[in-house]
Order: sequence, then C-alpha cells, then structure tokens
Amino acid sequence: MITLEKPAVEKILIENVSRRNFLYGVLASSAFVLCARTTPLLARASRNGAPAFGASATPSIEGTAFHPSIFVGIHTDGMVYIVAHRSEMGNGVRTSLPRILADELDADWSRVTVLQADGDTAYGSQDTDGSHSVREFFDVLREAGATARLMLVRAAAQQWGIPEAQCIADPVHAVSDKNSTRKLGYGELAALAAKLPVPKKEELKFKSPQQWRYIGKPAPGYDVAEVCSGKPLFGMDVRVDGMLYAAIAHPPVLGGKVKSVDNSATLKVIGVKKTVAIDPFKPPHAFQPLGGVAVIADNTFAAFKGRKNLKIEWDNGSNAAYNSSDYKKELQQTARQPGKVVHTIGDPDAEFAKGGKIVEAEYFAPHLAHASMEPPVAVADVRGEKVTVWSPTQDPQGVQEQVAKALGLKKENVTCHVTFLGGGFGRKSKPDYAVEAAVLSQKTGKPVKVIWSREDDIKFDYYHSVAAMYLKAALDDSGKPKAWLQRSVFPPIGSTFDTNAVYGGAGEMSMGWNVVPFEVANFRSENGQAAAHVRIGWLRSVANIYHAFAVQSFANELAYAANRDPYDYLLGLIGNGRTIDAGQQPDMAAKYPYDIARLRHVTELAAEKANWGKKKLGKGTGMGIAVHRSFFTYVATVVEVEVDDRGAIRIPHVTTAVDAGIVANPEMVRQQFEGAAVFGTSIARTGEITATNGAIDQSNFYDYQVARMNDAPRQVDIHIVESTAPPAGVGEPGVPPFVPALCNAVFAATGKRVRELPLARNGFS
Amino acid sequence: MVHLKVNGHAQTFDGDPEMPLLWYLRDILGLTGTKFGCGMALCGACTVLQNGKAIRSCSTQMSAVEGLEITTIEAISSNGPHAVQKAWAEVNVPQCGYCQPGQIMQAVSLLSSKPKPTDDDIDAAMAGNICRCGTYQRIRAAIKEAAKETA
Repeated sequence: MITLEKPAVEKILIENVSRRNFLYGVLASSAFVLCARTTPLLARASRNGAPAFGASATPSIEGTAFHPSIFVGIHTDGMVYIVAHRSEMGNGVRTSLPRILADELDADWSRVTVLQADGDTAYGSQDTDGSHSVREFFDVLREAGATARLMLVRAAAQQWGIPEAQCIADPVHAVSDKNSTRKLGYGELAALAAKLPVPKKEELKFKSPQQWRYIGKPAPGYDVAEVCSGKPLFGMDVRVDGMLYAAIAHPPVLGGKVKSVDNSATLKVIGVKKTVAIDPFKPPHAFQPLGGVAVIADNTFAAFKGRKNLKIEWDNGSNAAYNSSDYKKELQQTARQPGKVVHTIGDPDAEFAKGGKIVEAEYFAPHLAHASMEPPVAVADVRGEKVTVWSPTQDPQGVQEQVAKALGLKKENVTCHVTFLGGGFGRKSKPDYAVEAAVLSQKTGKPVKVIWSREDDIKFDYYHSVAAMYLKAALDDSGKPKAWLQRSVFPPIGSTFDTNAVYGGAGEMSMGWNVVPFEVANFRSENGQAAAHVRIGWLRSVANIYHAFAVQSFANELAYAANRDPYDYLLGLIGNGRTIDAGQQPDMAAKYPYDIARLRHVTELAAEKANWGKKKLGKGTGMGIAVHRSFFTYVATVVEVEVDDRGAIRIPHVTTAVDAGIVANPEMVRQQFEGAAVFGTSIARTGEITATNGAIDQSNFYDYQVARMNDAPRQVDIHIVESTAPPAGVGEPGVPPFVPALCNAVFAATGKRVRELPLARNGFS
Repeated sequence: MVHLKVNGHAQTFDGDPEMPLLWYLRDILGLTGTKFGCGMALCGACTVLQNGKAIRSCSTQMSAVEGLEITTIEAISSNGPHAVQKAWAEVNVPQCGYCQPGQIMQAVSLLSSKPKPTDDDIDAAMAGNICRCGTYQRIRAAIKEAAKETA
C-alpha cells in the first residue's frame, strides 16, 4: 500500500559488523563492514544463501543478531561495496543512492561495486514507489559514508601513531598525513578500521555542499554496459535448474470462478505437463492471485499454447454487470451532486450566491494500465517450509509477506531476490504474480516460473483509477476567481484492501485535491463516492494525474473566460510568495512546506525557457502551460503542439522546469522528466481502459497504444532549479502537469477544449 | 528437424515447429538478452538479426528459420562493445533497460542499410520499438552518435 508523507526512516543506528560475516563470499573476514540500521530494532531474521539467477552469485548475508540496512563494506583490496536496497526499474536508484554514500566516504566511484539487497524488514521500507528513495535515504546514506570515512581516518591515525586531526581523507579512496606525503589506501586500512568502535553522530564531519564530488553532479547509470549487452538481469531472464514454466488462464471478470475445465486439447500440446487449479481470492482481493487454471509446461511457448487450448466455463459473478460506459455516466452524475467535504476556506456558497461570472466545467479521465515493457513474471522454488522467490518487484518485503500468507509459512522463511525490473510504474509493488509462482511451485514440487503475456498484463492489471471531476468558479470583474468549488469522484485504491471503500483516501486527496495553490478566498474541495469493479492500484504519480488535469485545464479555461493570456493569468492565480496549508502532517509540513514562491519560480522559468509569448506560432500550432506540485517537487511544463487538418498531433518541443530541492544526480533527474513527457503523451493521446460485461476490452499494444518514437515529443528540455531545500521526489512529478499542458496547447492550436481524456476520443490522433 | 545458425553456431531443433524463435532463443538456448514484450510483433523488444536484417523473433516460427543465420544481442559485442552499444552508453540511453537490446538490434540493422540516417529514417526504422520509460530522444541522439562513429 502506498504510504504517503510518512517517513520511511525513523532513526539511524550505525554499527561495525565486520566481525559478523556480512557479505560472506564477497568480502574477506578482515574486511571492514558498516551497517546503517534505519528502523527501530526488529526481530531477527535469518538469511540464507540461495542460488542467484544468471551466472554470478548473489552475495549472501549470514543471519546474525543485527541486520544491515544500507551498508558499506570495504575489501582489503580496496573495493568498496554499497548495498542498493531499493528496486531498479529505470529510476536510477542503483546509481543515485550509492553515490550519495560514496560521496561522504570520499570513495573512488570506479572502485565501488553495487550489490542488490534481498527483501528484509531491517531495511525499513523497500517499497520503491511514491518517489521516496532519495528523499528518505539521503541523510541515512550520508551518515553511513561519513561514519566509514571517520573510522578509516582513525585507523590511519592509529597506524601512524599520530593525532587524528593530522589525518585527512584526501583526495579520494585514501587517507593522507597532512605533514608528510605518506598515505594509506582504504583497502590497506580496512582490516584496522574493522576493529574500531563506531563514532557517535556528533563526532561526524559532513562535507559541505561545495565539497560534494558526486551529489549534484551528473553521472550515467551504473549498469548501462550490462543492460546494453543483454545480460540476464531481469526477472524475465531468471532460469533455475529443473524449472517449469506456467501460464495462467485468469477469470476474465474480477471475482469470477471456474465452473468447468476441459484440458484435453491442452494436454496434447508438445511440452505441456499438466494443468493446475488456482483458488479464487477471498475478498478483499488485495494482493491475492485472481485464481484460474495454470498450464505447466517445459517452456513458455508450450504454456501459452496449452492455455489457448483450454476450454473453460466461467462463473463471472456480480462484476459481470460492470460496463465502463454506464459507469462513466454514474461517476459524472455523482460529481454533479454535493459530495463529502474535503477542505473549506472561507464561504464559497455565500460568494457563489452573490452571482458574478460563473464558469463550470466537467472533466473525465479513464482507467489506465501500467504496461511496463516486462510483463509480470516471477520464479518461486518451494522446498518444504522454505521458499525462494526471484522477482522483478518494487516491494520484496511485500513478496515475502504475501507468499508466506498464501502458503501458510513464516515470512522469514521466504527469501526474495530482487532482479532488475523491466519497468514498474507501480504495477510491480503488487506481488500477486509472485504468489502465483509460489502456489504453483508448492503444488508441483518444482521451481516454477509464472509468465504473464501482454494480454494478461493489460487485462488483469491493478488499474489507475477512472475519475470524473466537476469544477466551478465565480469570477470578479478582473476575471479572478472569488470562489472555487472542485469535486472529484473515483473508485479509490482503498477498495483493493477494503470492499466497502468508496471514498478517496487521505493520500489520494493530498494529491492535488485538498487545496489549489491559487489566491482564492473562498474554496471547497469535495469527494463523491464510487464503488470499484476492477482492481484499483497506483500508477506513476497516482491521483495527481486526474486532479492536475482538471485543475490546470480549468485554470486555462478561466484565463480564456477572462480574456487573458493563459500564462499571465496562471501567474496571477498563483500570486506572490507565501506558504500554504495543504493539509500535510505537521512534521512533513515543517520539512516540506508548500512554498508558492518555488511554484511561481518554476512557472516563470518554464515560460521563459520556452519563449512563451515570443515564439512565432503558425496556424495549427499552440503552446500550453501547466504547473503542479507532487511528491514535494514543483514542476511546470510548456508543451508546443502542431495539429494538422485531420487532427494528427505532433509535439515538437517540451520545456519543463523542476525544483526538486537538492538533486542527487541531475542526469537521472533529466531522464525521469524526459520519460515523464513520453509517459504523459501516452496517457493524453491514447490511454484508455474500458470494460464490457466486466471484462477489460483492451489486450495488447494495438488497442492499448503507448507513445512510440514518432508520436513522442521530439525535444524535451529539462531545467533543474538549483536549491538547498531537502531532496524531493523525481520519478513521478513530471507526469501530472504534462497532460493538461498538452491539452491546453491543443486548445491554443485548435480552439477545441479537451475535457475528456484521451485525445483520441476527441477526434485527435 | 530445423537447421539454423545462432550467433555463428550451427543448431538443430526438432520441437514444436510453431514455437516462435524468441522462445527457442530464451528457453531452449538460454539466450535471454532477446526480450519478450508483446508476442505480436508490436513492440520490438524481441528484435534479432536474420541474415543481418532486423526481424521480430516473437512472431517468427521455428518452421520459418530453416537455413537462416540469426544474430542476437549477445553476439554483437564479441570483440568489445559495438559502435551502437558505445553510443548508447555515451548518451546514457537506458532507464529500465528492458527494451534496449531490441532497440540496439533495430539500430544496428538501420545503420547497416543507412549509415547516415535522417530523422525521418530514424522514425521509420524505430517506430516499431516501444520504450515505456520514454528514452526516444536519447535513442535518436545515440543513433546519430553511432552514425558518426561508423562513418
């Protein structure tokens, strides 16, 4: 479950664990290993050394009384090992996180080896979503690096018999004597440092930002060469001796059950071994398998072909009455009625009653599927009470938990090796597919690889929610809103965990709906109820997508209603620098105040860099602007479009300004925001999941189209604001402003207002 | 019995002739660099070279590869990184990286037939390869970079 605005790290405790055989097999017993434990003391969990996928061995960590979180080890040969405990899915964490630690350690990046952590509660949250990784672990990693550096300095001082103050880590990967030319490499100091006590936090000397050698400096991905040479890195690539392959026929409608199965044609397929039933889930579905019939075979193709030959009669259950076109009307109807009040400022009803110019608009955004390039896949090997899972997962602890629950085993007996993820976008923090593999391994007594086809992926997703929104404003004589009402209605993520959940959770409301960052004296946000008929999950930037679409489109509509330039009008709405109450928890509000000056600054920067109002735009071309704060990051985007007579859209240029506080690796930030423009293009142009009689209509990339090179923005320029504010999220915040900026550009180019996504539903392509 | 060459090695196959080349490469030969993305030749993740030209291995049945030479991502860097791989690293193209072997094979095929591709050539050749992380801008730049290198 996404945790919003809840710190993942409560305290940091660093220990010298050199004597405890951590990183057994990678580091010699004399090596220096520090562990930065970031959670309250937890019960011990035993760890074992299960075989790794691919050719290389995964370092194993022997069970001890203490458990490492992010830890650093230094081999006597000088190699520094840093553990990446978060999942790599294109977010760059295997580069950005270790470099933070390496910086404070003054380690030579070319002599750093990054190790991927297994699932373990001792790491705190490993659930790699919510754009948490850098912002939650920046301080932890710096402290671990600074601690190790100080211990190496002390080891050198002891070795030379000189005062600690005379020794400095200089320039890199070595400690020098200030008064002579002698120096000792980190490898030479490792054995001695391993015997030293861990210094207290008060003794640590952190580098000043001016001294940072890696933080804030662009660096390419740590794994680029491996990725480009086709090495077996991904979950899809895992091969285990004796492994069987499984494809599962899922119930086409959520909650459906198998009535009868004829597997005779399936069993005739070359390579098919047998079919195995998987029980339906008990509501709420949460992360349980959907149920159905699995075809077990000795290769993937045989499993797929065997599944095609199954003759299954389904009992589709009550969700068979679900049709997305009727449901859309229900949501829109609900949005027209008063809903549950989320937040009120002043007295909007009184102000509306006074009259003036009233503007109303309804917006609609459909369900979306994640469609990561690597479909869900997992390998599980159940041996008695012990389970080993290899999975491309955003949440390895979730895998441990759910597998243990499904098999009636102890969580600590489930080992989860985290592979690279071929995209995640939130889909892979739901471990249902890993549970399927474990259930089938238990039933067959063999390691089983469950492979979802693209059709499975599109038809059985945890969908990004469909949403209907209604907005109303009363404008004064200058065209500025005196009162503002906004109402959103969507089946909430909570419905995945609670069958009675019909209102948006606090997390969803915090995503661009509690308040608007505008100068409006009278304001109310509301939320109406909606029951879910498909599995609802979180997708890159979550509820921010539809909320930003509605608010930023409406702001644009008000500009035209007031006969003003949309950018000037937007700046007027934003107003001058101040901090607003966005309903954040007090500690988060203190660390990450909602700072209107930063919001205004990115808006101005994006407009300036895009040459807003200066660039000559021909017929059928237009610029749109939108701004949104999410995951504590402020982002403004200007999109330029060309629309031809037949409605075909080209996006020659996108300009995005980002204020994400301190940035760990600007290169990774650029990548995330370039990618967000493409992800946003997919959402805006063609993103739409619909259902007929409870079953999802779309199935593959021909009917669930995503942006290709020729429809993606040709040039995306990212401007990163230099900041000393705490690091904020970067993986998701690029998406929300992009969609309304594009739709606003389409309006500027064509005069056609897009109130219902996607653009393909509005005569555009 | 199907006879083919994969990365220079002679192979024979006597399984289900309907099996796509993709699954033969991945499950039978263990060459997992070639990826599964859609199974319908819609995304390009499974791109390999057939006698030097890019094809979609997910939609090429084993019955259709008799006598052909197949090259996968694993074999283009036997003498150090290929110019296209070097350019990919130079431009820091990958995010998650899953589609990149297919993108690289498609780019290798493009550059072998058009050493100096225009933007339109690049669009035409690469439009069949989906990248969900959205690295298209860098893919375009890397192809141009590789074209300089190979020229």
